[in-house]
Amino acid sequence: MSTTEVAKPVLPVLQDYAAIVGEPEILELRELARRLAGRRVKMVNSTAVGGGVAEILNRLVPLMEEVNVSTRWEVITGGEKFFHVTKAFHNALHGAPYEGAQDWFDAFLATNEDNRRRMQFDEDFIIIHDPQPVALIAERNSGPRRWVWRCHIDLSNPNPQVWDFLRPWVDRYDASLFSSPQFTRGLRIPQYLFYPTIDPLADKNRELEPQFVRGVLEQFHVDPARPILTQISRFDRLKDPVGVIRAYRLVKKYEDCQLVLAGGSATDDPEGAAVLQEVEQAAAGDPDIHILNLPPWSHVEINALQRGSTIVIQKSLKEGFGLTVSEALWKKKPVVASAVGGIPSQVIHKLTGMLVHSVEGTAYQIRFLLANPVFAKTLGENGHQHVKEHFLLTQNLRRYLVLFLVLLQGD
Amino acid sequence: MAVSLEAKRADQPFQFMAASYLIRIGAQPVQTLGDLAKSLRTCPQASIFYHTFQSLEAHHYTSFSSDFAQWALTACNEAALAEQLAIVDLREIVSLEDLRRILVDIVSDYLKEHPQAADRRAFEAFYFCEAKEVTVPSGSPAWTLPELSEGIRHLGHQSLHYHFINSRLRLQLQTNDFSYWIERNLNHPWLAARLNRIDFYNDTLDELRQDILRVLEPAESQ
Repeated sequence: MSTTEVAKPVLPVLQDYAAIVGEPEILELRELARRLAGRRVKMVNSTAVGGGVAEILNRLVPLMEEVNVSTRWEVITGGEKFFHVTKAFHNALHGAPYEGAQDWFDAFLATNEDNRRRMQFDEDFIIIHDPQPVALIAERNSGPRRWVWRCHIDLSNPNPQVWDFLRPWVDRYDASLFSSPQFTRGLRIPQYLFYPTIDPLADKNRELEPQFVRGVLEQFHVDPARPILTQISRFDRLKDPVGVIRAYRLVKKYEDCQLVLAGGSATDDPEGAAVLQEVEQAAAGDPDIHILNLPPWSHVEINALQRGSTIVIQKSLKEGFGLTVSEALWKKKPVVASAVGGIPSQVIHKLTGMLVHSVEGTAYQIRFLLANPVFAKTLGENGHQHVKEHFLLTQNLRRYLVLFLVLLQGD
Repeated sequence: MAVSLEAKRADQPFQFMAASYLIRIGAQPVQTLGDLAKSLRTCPQASIFYHTFQSLEAHHYTSFSSDFAQWALTACNEAALAEQLAIVDLREIVSLEDLRRILVDIVSDYLKEHPQAADRRAFEAFYFCEAKEVTVPSGSPAWTLPELSEGIRHLGHQSLHYHFINSRLRLQLQTNDFSYWIERNLNHPWLAARLNRIDFYNDTLDELRQDILRVLEPAESQ
């Protein structure tokens, strides 16, 4: 087993973002970074592709490098059992029952220990993302290094068996980062608010020609002339794809619409195939339901599907932040989304989108928006501005730079 | 011979600062208005600041700019209390302890009149937060009014907020950094006062920047 260093693709440079966020924001980012010149950062997570964390790091790390804050991103490795255990942890931390045995905890710690032994930790700031690598903190000694735990998931109602196991590890960090105040657990260490962000210049979010959007819809046999309801998310029960199909069927009684369920599977999610099968069974026999199991590099296609949609849905049962909501809002799409996790930070009910609490409520609001396109357009415009102010990549870079300065000052 | 305001050079330059904020989340959420009243008495001043002055930056879509007011409205369904909390004019406030007393009095008085509201559980909890401020000198110092305008054009949102809104507490003078500098260094109290009359409550930060420049630019040519 060895750790994997993630390859660096060719990406936009910081100055490219000035056209979107304004030149002043870029100048100030450079000023902040100058105070950190020569400092080094390590980011550690559990997957290089698929899922929101990998996407954020793929874009954030090169920008940190560009402003001379040297940043190394490493991915821990583990066997099938480790990822089975961490998936069970993930679900349990979202409140699901946990049925693991003691040897699951042992397997978790053994994999963390294997990774710890093989990795070097000589940077100034070590950022550990999510529970999978949390026990790497065992490496911490009394040196000047600052260790930060970045929690991307909703810990508002964790299964106590798993949380009680993880918490002593979390308590050893210098600080923790959460996507919403509601996700915090009253930790003794400082808890900071870190909204996740999207990259407006990434293939998934950049502007596309209308002809290209139409071409992608046609490629997937989606009719651009009829209303298109879309949920983009990996095939995960917590995203409730079967609930989305039920909501669509309630709408379909009155509106001749189509449903697109597009997603893929992350390498750290062994349940994806089973969930996809459940979704295909639920959709059987309806040619207007398009289930698209896309490979992880389908960013432009996902962008086009969002842009081509009439309404974007995010009917999650639990959610860390739900970056697909910000992606849709950035594209000025009316969004109907569950009031869970970080979604209410993005969707302010009736102002930047519609919040819902059930399958029936989802159908009700979709019908309302289909019947009121002017209001739907206003929601989309407001949503775009809301994302611009809070949820773009440049703000994430700024938060990290400020975090490092605050840690150096000794909060 | 009178020197035009455009050409007038200050004794001391205006130093622009790039301000950034890291939001620290408190450990104990509040579930009821009764608990809010108690926590308002004991929370750090930085939390009072964050949920009033700092939140002015964040809310363009919500009914009220005060986090306390917004929570009273959306999570507690107490519209009258929300209105009372929202109408506290931060432009009159120069001390966070004064602001704390005002907020505590508003909530306490309301709960005396509506005791049934004190223990009713809110739809969602309120989390006291506080902003850790980091400032670094930014850009060239301004010695003249045109240089001040140019610098304001190049200020980021959080820095504009720092100089025009947060400054009121730092200076404790019911004014902003720009007006303070203009009055003391260019000796133009009328221009300082005019700038200070801008109603930042109803502006986005981009609109605020335009309002400031609209006041400064005609003055430069006088």
